[in-house]
Amino acid sequence: MTNLLEVSDVSVTFDGFRAINNLSFAIAEPELRAVIGPNGAGKTTFMDIVTGKTRPDSGRVLWGERQVDLLKLSESQIAKTGIGRKFQKPTVFEEQSVRENLAMALANRRGPFSVLFWKATAHDQARIEELAAEIGLADRVDHRAGDLSHGQKQWLEIGMLLAQEPRLLLVDEPAAGMTPAERAHTTDLLKGAARSRAVMVIEHDMEFIRRLDCRVTVLHEGAVLAEGSLEHVTRNQQVIDVYLGR
Amino acid sequence: MKASLMPRSIRMAILFACLVATVAFRAAPVAAQSPLQEVLQTVQDQVANPARRTVPEVLDALLATEAPGRLEFLRAWAEREVYVRPGDGLFFYARDAADQSLVLLDIDTGAEIDRVGSRDVNQIRPNAGVRREIAAALVKFELLDPEPAQRRAALETVARSPDPEQIPALRAALAEEDDPGIAARMERLINLLVARFAPDTATRVAAVESLSGDISTEARRVLNQLLQTRTDFAETRPEDTNLATLRTVGGDIGLEDAYARLADAGHFPPRPGHNAIRDALRAHVVAGEVGGVPVHRLDTDAARHEAYRALEEAGSVPPLVTQADMEAAVSQYVFFDAYLEPDPAVTDAARAALDSTRTAISAWQFLGITLDALSLASIFFLAAIGLAITFGVMRVINMAHGEFIMMGAYTGYVVQTLIPSYTVSLVVALPLAFGVAFAAGVSMERLVIRHLYTRPLETLLATFGISIALQQLAKNVFGTQARPLTAPDWLAGAIRFNDIVSISTIRVAIFVLALMFLLLLLYILNRTRLGLEVRAVTQNPGMAGSMGISPDRINMLTFGLGSGIAGVAGVAIGLYAQVTSEMGANYIVQSFMTVVVGGVGSVFGTLAGAGLIGALQKGIEWFNPANTLAAQTYMVLFIILFIQFRPKGIVALKGRAAGD
Amino acid sequence: MTMQLSEDPQAVAPAPRRTFLYENPSVLWFMACLGLFTLIVSVLSEGMGTGLISTSLVKILGMTLCLCLIAIAMDVVWGYCGILSLGHFAFFGIGGYAIGMWLMYARTEIVVRGNLAAGTIPPTEAEVAEAVAAQIFGVVGSSELPLIWTFAGSLPFQLAMVVLVPGLLALVFGWLAFRSRVTGVYLSILTQAMTLALSLYLFQNDTGLRGNNGLSGLQNIPGALDVPQSVLSVWFFWASAAALGAGYLFFAWVVSGKFGSVIRAIRDNKTRVRFLGYNVEGYKLFVFTLTAVISGIAGALYYPQAGIINPAEIAPIASIYLAVWVAIGGRGRLYGAVIGAVTVSLLSSWLTGGGAPNIDFGFYRIVWTDWWLVLLGLGFVLVTLFFPKGIGGLFDYLVRKKE
Repeated sequence: MTNLLEVSDVSVTFDGFRAINNLSFAIAEPELRAVIGPNGAGKTTFMDIVTGKTRPDSGRVLWGERQVDLLKLSESQIAKTGIGRKFQKPTVFEEQSVRENLAMALANRRGPFSVLFWKATAHDQARIEELAAEIGLADRVDHRAGDLSHGQKQWLEIGMLLAQEPRLLLVDEPAAGMTPAERAHTTDLLKGAARSRAVMVIEHDMEFIRRLDCRVTVLHEGAVLAEGSLEHVTRNQQVIDVYLGR
Repeated sequence: MKASLMPRSIRMAILFACLVATVAFRAAPVAAQSPLQEVLQTVQDQVANPARRTVPEVLDALLATEAPGRLEFLRAWAEREVYVRPGDGLFFYARDAADQSLVLLDIDTGAEIDRVGSRDVNQIRPNAGVRREIAAALVKFELLDPEPAQRRAALETVARSPDPEQIPALRAALAEEDDPGIAARMERLINLLVARFAPDTATRVAAVESLSGDISTEARRVLNQLLQTRTDFAETRPEDTNLATLRTVGGDIGLEDAYARLADAGHFPPRPGHNAIRDALRAHVVAGEVGGVPVHRLDTDAARHEAYRALEEAGSVPPLVTQADMEAAVSQYVFFDAYLEPDPAVTDAARAALDSTRTAISAWQFLGITLDALSLASIFFLAAIGLAITFGVMRVINMAHGEFIMMGAYTGYVVQTLIPSYTVSLVVALPLAFGVAFAAGVSMERLVIRHLYTRPLETLLATFGISIALQQLAKNVFGTQARPLTAPDWLAGAIRFNDIVSISTIRVAIFVLALMFLLLLLYILNRTRLGLEVRAVTQNPGMAGSMGISPDRINMLTFGLGSGIAGVAGVAIGLYAQVTSEMGANYIVQSFMTVVVGGVGSVFGTLAGAGLIGALQKGIEWFNPANTLAAQTYMVLFIILFIQFRPKGIVALKGRAAGD
Repeated sequence: MTMQLSEDPQAVAPAPRRTFLYENPSVLWFMACLGLFTLIVSVLSEGMGTGLISTSLVKILGMTLCLCLIAIAMDVVWGYCGILSLGHFAFFGIGGYAIGMWLMYARTEIVVRGNLAAGTIPPTEAEVAEAVAAQIFGVVGSSELPLIWTFAGSLPFQLAMVVLVPGLLALVFGWLAFRSRVTGVYLSILTQAMTLALSLYLFQNDTGLRGNNGLSGLQNIPGALDVPQSVLSVWFFWASAAALGAGYLFFAWVVSGKFGSVIRAIRDNKTRVRFLGYNVEGYKLFVFTLTAVISGIAGALYYPQAGIINPAEIAPIASIYLAVWVAIGGRGRLYGAVIGAVTVSLLSSWLTGGGAPNIDFGFYRIVWTDWWLVLLGLGFVLVTLFFPKGIGGLFDYLVRKKE
């Protein structure tokens, strides 16, 4: 099993504050991985680096079989190589319908001319319906995304991620603000997705992670503190210190 | 001077004879006539009807007599204060009386003689040429005048109309002079005159060399005069002229130009130009043909030449000169530029002197440009700093900022109409303008901007709406014509370093004002509680809010502060430009540029932006002085490119606070 | 700085896979209104008979249609894509200059040839060119034809310039600006700077476009010099109406599909769009350039009706007015832009042209020419504050009420 994404010795500094400190990390395909860590551990910055939003001061980020250097690509190019990202705050396009949101995310050509002359094929239509069903929004495809509940927006965003057909999914706190039932559905969605691709989930909620039942990476002060099964890391003395604040 | 009918010496002799005769007659009782009047009567016609041609003799004669009061008379004559009575031809001074009549005064005693209507006597009106002659004659006396002001004035007269004859007068005066400033000026004038007029080469070269490094306009004018050239030609390279450069035909001088010179000198037939050929053809149309070519075909140059050739062969037109003809003609001659000044030693020295002056001039010009740029930068700073503060703190662009500038300027104007003393009104206007603009800014923030904080683009548009409304209101109230905002006398002059560098006092004052505001702002922002809060809101509004700083109050105060400074800037700008309803709009784009280039929310950024834009604009004007519009165009283009490389300006906020 | 314009009006596309016009009923309505309006104006015009509408009014109406065309272009770039460009009127002016060069050159050439033909021998081509140049550029003290006028005599070339010059300028400028991620108010100021630079450049006498004299006599169309202005004005009115109709259809098609979906998404959250794999800057550049081209075409139709173009037309303020029209009419809906342009520009002509009666209070007399701008400015502030959806927002209200 080769690694899909390899991050090695990455550091980034904001105004003298080291947000990421010689971080190394790897994820394979398919794999489900949870990343946990206290506030300010650098979880979101780490995602920013992988997706091209933040440029690190040093280190390497390599992608795929051909070891593409992601640091040389723009955000949209990284997205096109197959990395999808879900933000902490649900960010769907509220003014547009669920269908439009999903259609935009479909893995079609992204150039202005192709998009201008794009017409939904039968396959596209079917895919949208299928995704809508998967995220539980089959009966709401033509509603404004802004009218959805908080949880539904989260699902829509996950649906958009899936529509992109990425090889790696970065999911930032998907369960925040969800009811227990919604959480269960979200867990299923993510586990389903991880059957064929790499999925990295950032989450605070231990119960949620327990349910994901996957390998866990603990970040602290911008570096990897521990890695392994949830049982393994929760027994780690350093992790306990960090979480209990010593 | 035009050639006179008689040789000058003969005329002089006759005049002298007359004068001597007059002096001889003095013994005889010529009752009413005083000495000066007497002398004048001998040359009555030349004095009453002065002409450039005759005036030198009158002057020589008059000055030779040493009659008292003759200098005063000459001055009065030149100033058109002398009157002649047609009846007896006597000369008088005159004074205006109450009832539009004139009181005639005796030219010797100054006593009142008569009271006449202005039509009873003729005012003598010497023309400019005559007046110059008179002034030149007076100079040597005035140079010795006890009043320094008179001597200085006399020196300026010399400088205006240089004449070799003034050299001895100046030397004599220099020997007597005890004022060092005037003496220095005399020395320089002597050098200038000697350089141009002295008879022997060595003296002139020495004088020219003494002008080397002298950056005054006078000195450079003299040197340039010495280096004037004329373009000429000869069959061989000329040996007897003071050659400046040889010209190569086709390079330094065009072929047609060169040939035209030869033709003008009569060496070759003139070349019929395009129009001449056309006119010749027109004149020779015979039965719809010219030289065998049908008229309708004559719409190409080839056909026209063909027809012209035919006419030429018939001998009815001058020959057509072809390119080859011209080349052949021109090749027989050498074309060159020669100095008008025949002495090569003098021209060499003058060239060397000018070369050595050039560096000094460049340095001074650079200083001048720097001062200009500094002054422009301080205006931009004053105009933009308010905008920078509000933009930095509130992230809104205030398009009405220019109208706050205008408001301040009109406040200054209104105050000036109420308070007669310019100094007092300025002292009142500055704080008042701040107050008015502050109030306007705060009310605008409260009424409009406060509701649009989440929509920055719409703030831009809403403030634009306010801007056009305010502009039109000002037009309705104050009219469309420009209103003056007069600076007090102590600000009206200019500080003059030399002929190259001078700066108007008002610009210095604006610079000082900008400096004061810079220090004041730095103090407010760095040393006061308000400043701390403002900086906190600038860097992280959310965090500042959660720490108990009321962003509402800070926004209101900063907006007021920014607007108030704009008001003060308005008074400053109004003092040297005029107050119109559109004056704000003229500054707003530059102010935006200053803010954008400098970097948002930083006093030093704005300072750097203003400095860069001021320097840039003046720098571009230096390369293309005639065209300020072009300078502005290039400046804007530069700024667009600048943004490419530093999108956040010179002084950029870093990290997460930048609010990307 | 992230721009959140969530208040923006958004028509939610309803059911899937129906025809374009069914999905966009407003397009049908608009085309019907435009057709009807064109018919009425034509019938009532002086040139076609009845003469109830004077030639000058026909021209004003035709010009207004051109302004509507640039307004919908502005709406697409600002209302849909979120780029507040304060430079689109510059593209409009460039289009006007490009066609104006041909109009002026070709007409002067006809006049000059007429004059020279009276001579005993026919003029050479060089003489004609020289006389034309002297005629056109005498006013700026020059008699040489500037380089940019080399092909001014060719209509196809200048027509190509109408499209190419604004397009290329927008492409280069946009590429520079978007590449360095200049957004929000910065971008607005930068586009304004571009406009300012252009108008200052044109104000110079030596740039070959007659400085502040501009180009004049554009109402005379070479090849149709015998046609009376009353008829020409109707032709241009038709052309403007056709251009507006075609432009409206085109833009409605552009913004209704997935492309519209993407550019609206860019307006609302460009970071998110980037992570969906779209090249946000590419899209912005595409929209910016496309709308610039349409603006150029609108200008090329406008100025032959106005008869004169000078650099003052391109001054930054004109582009801001354009934004005002779109904001008052209602952003993010094409008919809103049309409503705004029509309302504001016609009201402006009416009030400043002396059409409106002045109001005399005894102690003060309201002269509309003096107060119109105050009214517009304050009205605009009120619209921004209280009716961010503009006049077009009223339609939403009516539709909701009906439901």
